Amino acid sequence: MSTLNLLAAISIAYVALLFGVAFFAERAAQSGRVRWLRAPIVYTLSLSIYCTAWTFYGAVGSAARNGFEYLTIYLGPSLVMLGWWWILRKLVRIGRNQRITSIADLISSRYGKSNLLGIGVTILAVIGTTPYIALQLQSVTLSVEVFSEPVPIEEAGNSLTAFWVAAGLAVFTVIFGTRNLDANERHHGVVMAIAVEAVVKLTALVALGVFVVWGLSGGVAATLARIDASELGTWQVNNGRWAGVMLLSAAAFLCLPRMFQVLVVENDNDAQLRMAAWAFPLYLMAMSLFIVPIAVTGLDLLPEGSNPDLFVLTLPLSQGQEGLALLAFLGGFSSATSMVIVAAIALSTMVSNHIVMPVWLRLREGTASVSGDVRNVVLLSRRLSIAGVLLLGYLYYALSGGRTELAAIGLIAFTGVAQVLPVLMGGIFWRGATRVGALAGLTAGFSIWVYTLYLPSFGPGTVLPASWFADGPLGITLLRPEALFGVSFDDKLLHAVFWSLLLNTLAFVGGSLFSAASPLERLQGAQFVSARAAGAGPRSWLQSTAESEDLMVMTQRILGPDEAQALFLREARAQGLEGELPAPTPEFLQVLERELAGSVGAATAHAMVGQITGGAMVSVEDLMAVADETAQMMEYSARLEAQSLELSRTAAQLRRANDKLTRLSVQKDAFLSQISHELRTPMSSIRAFSEILRDTQGLTRADQNRYASIIHDEAMRLTRLLDDLLDLSVLENGQVNLNLTEGRLEDILDRAVSAALADEAGSGIRVIRRRVGEQVRLTTDVERLSQVFINLISNARKYCDAEAPELQIVVTDARGQLLVDFIDNGSGVAPEAQDVIFEKFARVSDQKAGGAGLGLAISRQIVTRLGGEISYLADRGGAAFRVVLPVRQEMAAQ
Amino acid sequence: MTRPPGGVPPRPPGKPPARHAPFQIERQSFRRRRLIDAACALPLLGWVLWWLPLLWRGADAPMPASLVLVYIFGIWLGLALAAARLVRLLGGARNTSPLPEGDDP
Repeated sequence: MSTLNLLAAISIAYVALLFGVAFFAERAAQSGRVRWLRAPIVYTLSLSIYCTAWTFYGAVGSAARNGFEYLTIYLGPSLVMLGWWWILRKLVRIGRNQRITSIADLISSRYGKSNLLGIGVTILAVIGTTPYIALQLQSVTLSVEVFSEPVPIEEAGNSLTAFWVAAGLAVFTVIFGTRNLDANERHHGVVMAIAVEAVVKLTALVALGVFVVWGLSGGVAATLARIDASELGTWQVNNGRWAGVMLLSAAAFLCLPRMFQVLVVENDNDAQLRMAAWAFPLYLMAMSLFIVPIAVTGLDLLPEGSNPDLFVLTLPLSQGQEGLALLAFLGGFSSATSMVIVAAIALSTMVSNHIVMPVWLRLREGTASVSGDVRNVVLLSRRLSIAGVLLLGYLYYALSGGRTELAAIGLIAFTGVAQVLPVLMGGIFWRGATRVGALAGLTAGFSIWVYTLYLPSFGPGTVLPASWFADGPLGITLLRPEALFGVSFDDKLLHAVFWSLLLNTLAFVGGSLFSAASPLERLQGAQFVSARAAGAGPRSWLQSTAESEDLMVMTQRILGPDEAQALFLREARAQGLEGELPAPTPEFLQVLERELAGSVGAATAHAMVGQITGGAMVSVEDLMAVADETAQMMEYSARLEAQSLELSRTAAQLRRANDKLTRLSVQKDAFLSQISHELRTPMSSIRAFSEILRDTQGLTRADQNRYASIIHDEAMRLTRLLDDLLDLSVLENGQVNLNLTEGRLEDILDRAVSAALADEAGSGIRVIRRRVGEQVRLTTDVERLSQVFINLISNARKYCDAEAPELQIVVTDARGQLLVDFIDNGSGVAPEAQDVIFEKFARVSDQKAGGAGLGLAISRQIVTRLGGEISYLADRGGAAFRVVLPVRQEMAAQ
Repeated sequence: MTRPPGGVPPRPPGKPPARHAPFQIERQSFRRRRLIDAACALPLLGWVLWWLPLLWRGADAPMPASLVLVYIFGIWLGLALAAARLVRLLGGARNTSPLPEGDDP
């Protein structure tokens, strides 16, 4: 009894130490002293929960029974860690980027946040882990019984030890596993405690190994000789099991909920993984180094029929090494406790997140709830889940009553959780993997595992009828649980591993190929498969600070630095924080979202803030809303673009008009000075000659006549000028009366040509006409029309600068309109002058200024009155004017 | 991305390196990629070596267990040390390499 009391005291003291370590670590974390808590060595040691009591006790038992096969349990995980660059690096980054909280969460997130998948993986994990927890309780109970009076193993299940251990662990896990509700689900206290436990169990096993090798066997060489001389002396191993169990343990290392918890969820930075990549294989090597020596020595020294699972304890006890035995007990105890604690945390997170909370939220649907409300519910559901998981483990233990060897249960559990492997690997490496495929694969793998391994493990006749094992269900031999489709490996485990993983993978791949992924699934798939470290730097220990910083960075990008800083400062003051970033409270997030919505739209702002705070994930609806907003913005900007195009067109027109006006104004100014000059010149002569006539005595008659006719001519010139101006003014004001008569175009042109060339003596312009086209009768004001023609012909005569000036008059009849073209062979009108020649006072060149520049303006007015139009034809060689006349002159003057 | 050093034309003898820095950069990234390849090959090597004992049972005399134990644990130690070395070299290469390959922000 005293030994048992001592054991109890040691156990309690040990648990108290763990409490202390965990408490100290949590305190350190809260005060921000995080460097050593995040040290890679702590992470590496925390991975040691892979080595459970099963490893601690069961490996020796396995070695004693099956030889070297136990090594594969360690070799598989070693290979996974050595290949960290392949899988773990990616897995860990996805875990950090997506804030994954458990393996069920990872699978669910990857396949479009499917809660069904989350529930499936959770159930698989619970079923796979419960026996494992039972195993730990059993090992503690067995180890305690070793120290008391020998008790038959069959009665072990009656012990209360297991219950108290389970209860104590539940308390510890509730206290340190649900202390805070962190978005990252990191538990620094627990991880630290586990790291300490890792050291304890390694120390215990190594100490025992050293005692066995150097104390009992007499050195390394002697130990090796002893091994060769024992039952395990020759290398004998089942090839299939060596390969299969190595694969299985590698798969389980990735998929076990507790391993995922420490590997991915508790991971903080890549440096941790880089150290674990080489240090954890070393740890595993050290853990397994002395297993065979202990087994061989135990087989040698202990009486026939001793339970090899307990050699670790019975060997030192039989040699009188009570202290060493106690250390070994502590090692086994710590192996069991660390596994149970982490498994309970991992399972409770999954159960609470994927089963309890969805149910609770559905029940509460419609009723308003405060955020603090939900928080408490989550914590409560976590705590209850922890208690529930441990209770399940205890019940399993109590009901099964410690019936099988430890290793068997462990491998059955491994096979169960390994069913997640195809879906997990497909999820992070294959973008085409879909939810339907994942469901199909998991269902296939899980049901085959249950049928071929889990249920048969209870023994024929317990759950499945014994006849099924012999003849198959309903006599269908192809469906015998341990020889499915007639395939038997002579090994139940290999058979189950083969069929479950094969059909699982086939169903997964097939289901994925023949199903379509939802948009959210495709999005998540792309994010998972192409996960990069960008933006996923080591998250700060203090989650809220990191979030605020991220929010700040994002806000600066959108609002600009000054405004963002002002906003954050204002909010920090409102929260009573001076000179710090505001805490990301719901109120602050709401304000921020509203501010951002002003710049990027409400849905986008919501999605962005949600993405950073991690609380709300982006849903497809959010994305649709973002797309809507974007479409609206694009439409708006397209409209703006059209308007601005129209504006620029109008502006160009205005600019042209303005240019024209400016030129006209310049011409007008020029003409005003010109006309003053024109008026002054005759006036001066008139004045001068009239003064001569008045003042000079004795002028001859001839002189008097000459001077008088000069005065007369000049007066006539003035009159003509004024007549022109008057004429134009009358035409412009529409006060002219048209005298419509019928006439032939040929006659009008004849008259015009002879009038225009009348005062030209000989050296005139040659006029080329085609009289055939001129045989057109017109009803028009013949006088006015010939005035226009005269003006055009005399212009040609005046301005044509060719060596041998020619003027072509071409008449064409074009669909009810008569086109009369006057084309000369000169250099034409300069392009910049073309659009002003019809304006009043416009003159092509100053030096040849014969008239006042009113001719074309008058002509245009006349032609317009006659219902036609006159225009200048560019690029016709010389100057070319076109007069368009209606054939039937019906339009009368107003 | 970048050419391996083999793609760099040989420097004429006696002439100082005109573009020293790019050559260094290329060699760094080349070295780093070789290290990553090695890191990826390591588990495959371990896998093959640890499956090798499965072929030993055909020998005339049964293999003594001690020898196999020494073999397996020797490989274990060797692989762990090789991984440690690779991690160290990769860390060093990352610190100096201008092309972090999206490794760390």
